[in-house]
Amino acid sequence: MPFNLLVLACLLYVAFLFAVAFVVEGRAARGRLGWLRSPLVYTLSLSIYCTAWTFYGAVGYAARSGLEYLTIYFGPTLVFVGWWWLLRKLVRIGRQHHVTSIADLISSRYGKSNTLGVIVTVLAVVAATPYIALQLQSVVLSFGVFASAAPDGSRPLEAGQIAVWVAVGLALFTILFGTRNLDAREQHHGIVTAIAVEAVVKLVALFAVGSFVVWGIAGGVADVIARIDAADLSAWQVQPGRWTGLIFLSAAAVITLPRMFQVMVVENQDEGHLARASWAFPLYLMAMSLFIVPIAVVGLDRLPEGSNPDMFVLTLPLAEGQAALAMLAFLGGFSSATSMVIVESIALATMISNHVMIPLWLKLRPGAAAEDDLRSVVLMARRLAIAIVLALGYGYYQLSSGSAALASIGLIAFLGVAQVLPAMLGGIFWRGATRTGAMLGLLTGLAVWAYTSFLPSFGPGAALAERVFTDGLFGMDWLRPHALFGTEAMDPITHALFWSMALNLLAFCLGSLFTFPGPVERLQGAAFVNVFEGSVGPQRWARGQVEPEALLGMAQRILGEEPALSLFQSAARAQGKEGFLPDPTPTFLDQLEARLSGSVGAATAHAMISQLVGRATVTVEDLMAVASESAQILEYSAQLEAREAELTRTAGALREANEKLTQLSLQKDAFLSQISHELRTPMTSIRAFSEILTEGDLPPEMVARYGGIIHDEAKRLTRLLDDLLDLSVLENGAVQLNLGLASLQGMLDTALTAARQTRPDRDFQVVRDLPAEAIYLRTDADRLTQVFINLISNARKYCDATRPELRIVVRQRSGRVTVDFIDNGKGIPKDSQTLIFEKFARLTDANRAGGAGLGLAICREIMTNLGGLVAYLPGQKGAAFRVTVPLRLERVAA
Amino acid sequence: MRRPKPPLFLARAPYRRRRLRDAARLLPVLGAFLLLLPLLWTPDSRVALGSGDVIYFFLVWLLLIGLAAAFAPGLSGGDGTDDEED
Repeated sequence: MPFNLLVLACLLYVAFLFAVAFVVEGRAARGRLGWLRSPLVYTLSLSIYCTAWTFYGAVGYAARSGLEYLTIYFGPTLVFVGWWWLLRKLVRIGRQHHVTSIADLISSRYGKSNTLGVIVTVLAVVAATPYIALQLQSVVLSFGVFASAAPDGSRPLEAGQIAVWVAVGLALFTILFGTRNLDAREQHHGIVTAIAVEAVVKLVALFAVGSFVVWGIAGGVADVIARIDAADLSAWQVQPGRWTGLIFLSAAAVITLPRMFQVMVVENQDEGHLARASWAFPLYLMAMSLFIVPIAVVGLDRLPEGSNPDMFVLTLPLAEGQAALAMLAFLGGFSSATSMVIVESIALATMISNHVMIPLWLKLRPGAAAEDDLRSVVLMARRLAIAIVLALGYGYYQLSSGSAALASIGLIAFLGVAQVLPAMLGGIFWRGATRTGAMLGLLTGLAVWAYTSFLPSFGPGAALAERVFTDGLFGMDWLRPHALFGTEAMDPITHALFWSMALNLLAFCLGSLFTFPGPVERLQGAAFVNVFEGSVGPQRWARGQVEPEALLGMAQRILGEEPALSLFQSAARAQGKEGFLPDPTPTFLDQLEARLSGSVGAATAHAMISQLVGRATVTVEDLMAVASESAQILEYSAQLEAREAELTRTAGALREANEKLTQLSLQKDAFLSQISHELRTPMTSIRAFSEILTEGDLPPEMVARYGGIIHDEAKRLTRLLDDLLDLSVLENGAVQLNLGLASLQGMLDTALTAARQTRPDRDFQVVRDLPAEAIYLRTDADRLTQVFINLISNARKYCDATRPELRIVVRQRSGRVTVDFIDNGKGIPKDSQTLIFEKFARLTDANRAGGAGLGLAICREIMTNLGGLVAYLPGQKGAAFRVTVPLRLERVAA
Repeated sequence: MRRPKPPLFLARAPYRRRRLRDAARLLPVLGAFLLLLPLLWTPDSRVALGSGDVIYFFLVWLLLIGLAAAFAPGLSGGDGTDDEED
């Protein structure tokens, strides 16, 4: 087959994956995922467990070591059919605590310790780098199979070049679809679906090759069975220790591999999907391994001595002249490699950015939490981390230059990440597990793994001197890397598994038994272990001295403007308050922290909030108080609890109403003097000038001038009375609305033109988004325009910036349209924000701009009548008002 | 007022659900037993595996998948509160 055709097929396939991811992202953005959120997609996405190591390597494994390859799938099968034990709890914890990665889980469980997060991250990166290199190698090898089959024997591309292109392409794909949004809870639908498609391709390819081998080359099932018995395969001897050890190892790896954790826990959308995956995923694994032995046996039979059994899946169809089948097999292997690398690099990048880069950034710039646009910083960090991970994988590939050392790296990587197991299981089942214990266990496991398994994998004399292998470290015989403490009977991987796990567990247990956990740690421990009881909240913040506006600012910089505003609004409503600024109660701070940790990880979110709240460390006494408090709450019936919550809410509302009333009564006094003043000034001048006029004897031009003044003053009086009347009509709801279809853009145009008469001397910059304004509303256009005019005039009057600017932002959402008017002035002080909509509330007299202070009160009443509302929008670096109107006002609001 | 103690004996439906959960918990134990069994098939600890073993392993595998599929839908039933945990 021409090599170019192969490259073309490859590119087409990648383009197809891009298209799938792109279309799905688009659908997800419009909220129409439908069947894409099904358990099927979830199960298929789990199949990244089967990498190229499975696709190509399993046949080689079977050819070399018989049935042992099955152990790699037995472990995950046992874990999944036993999901009620462990996976269910993991997924629940992941959802409840907004866990972003396995490092985040460990760090969050042990008191949000970032040190632990860093240790797990380092471990994961070290273990995964060779594994990524292995995937690159498999792609290069499979290209090589086709290249050497080319008639002229020329190799159009060097191996290194292929590896570079693959690595760069994968980095691009991952960055494009893996870093669209920050919140790990906003899942990567595009990538997950692309992975699911690749899972199907893998399975179909392997099935096609398998069927061809069984029914095309061999003479059916019976013949294959005969060949198995005849083959050398049966000469392979099972070692009980290794068999058991590998089942345990693969079971451990399936929960601790960063990429498995990513698809299983982080991307999980519904716990019900797990129930389906509990049998469907083992079924997929079984299907994947069904044809491995036949392919291996027939391959050994048919292909010349010395051909690489790792490539049987490709070489067997090629040798039989089935080019199309070989191409399908090639795409299957390509899928296995790419999907693994994509998810692995997303998982690792999340860890690296959340536990290494962002904490460093915050440490280097202490004020950053309050100032910078963290959202883009985090996204940049994540993109950078993806590039770094792939560069590391490529670098390792180059360094080992595709040596045989790579082939055995799969199990070594499994063993590396499995070191997290004691800390993880201990963390979610044993409340006594402490941070020190976890740290000791992880470091011990890491050290033993590196010494007995990882470093020796480079070969004698490479990372460890040859002398160390024969005589032990520092010449101590009992420290030989493959025979620690003189245990020579085990093969290297079982030996490393046995000692690393045993010492890891020992250090973890001893460390936990002899240390005393900190308060945050104890709370987190209780919250994790008792996740199904839900009695203990995740964390308690002491009521801190913090401005909610500062919190809002920070939240906006991480979550984005709209999500942050709606989070704050709903929290405020739950407290019985209006507007966007809830009180910084412990409950609200917990809620906010949980949301933030979904984006930047638990440890960082915790650190950022404590920067603002000024830490209020929880003490053991607080903890005891919390404990006795929750014990008390248990004593009350559920009804009492509900009533208490209701009372608190009512009390909050009452307190707020009371404050408002007090201020209103002050306002009332001001109102009386204000209205008499407003009425008297024109009256006085009318009386004075009319007296002059009655005296007669005036030149006609004076008469005309005085008459004009009287007329103007009378007009001012009429306008004031009109406004008052308008207000009372609106307040009584007796207003007649003139409903019709009207263009929002037209209304804004009219309003801007009309408002230009207010302080025409000021040069005002208006920023609009015309396409967004192309909306037709069914409403009372005149009344709505009146509101717009009022808001724009206010901005013209009161905006005190030297280069005044007004931004008009229009958004449409679920049948409602919001129009924000944001200027760049000083804004309105917090105390006054609730008052501005009251009658005669004029904040400063610095700009004696005329008008009686009825404008916003009228606006509010109009919006109530139009079924919408107008509110002050805090945290916009200027005065900002949000007008919300229904897209279609169906009937006249009563 | 204390929260009422969970009842000592259960009605038929919740009872069955609990036993189903027990069965689901025991399934991996059964699986591990069946998958390790071939290690004991010969007096010597070293065994040669042939086509019969391949068929045995895939049958065990199918059995586990079938049982898990049979258990899965009933497990999450009920209101799923912790009162039902044990």
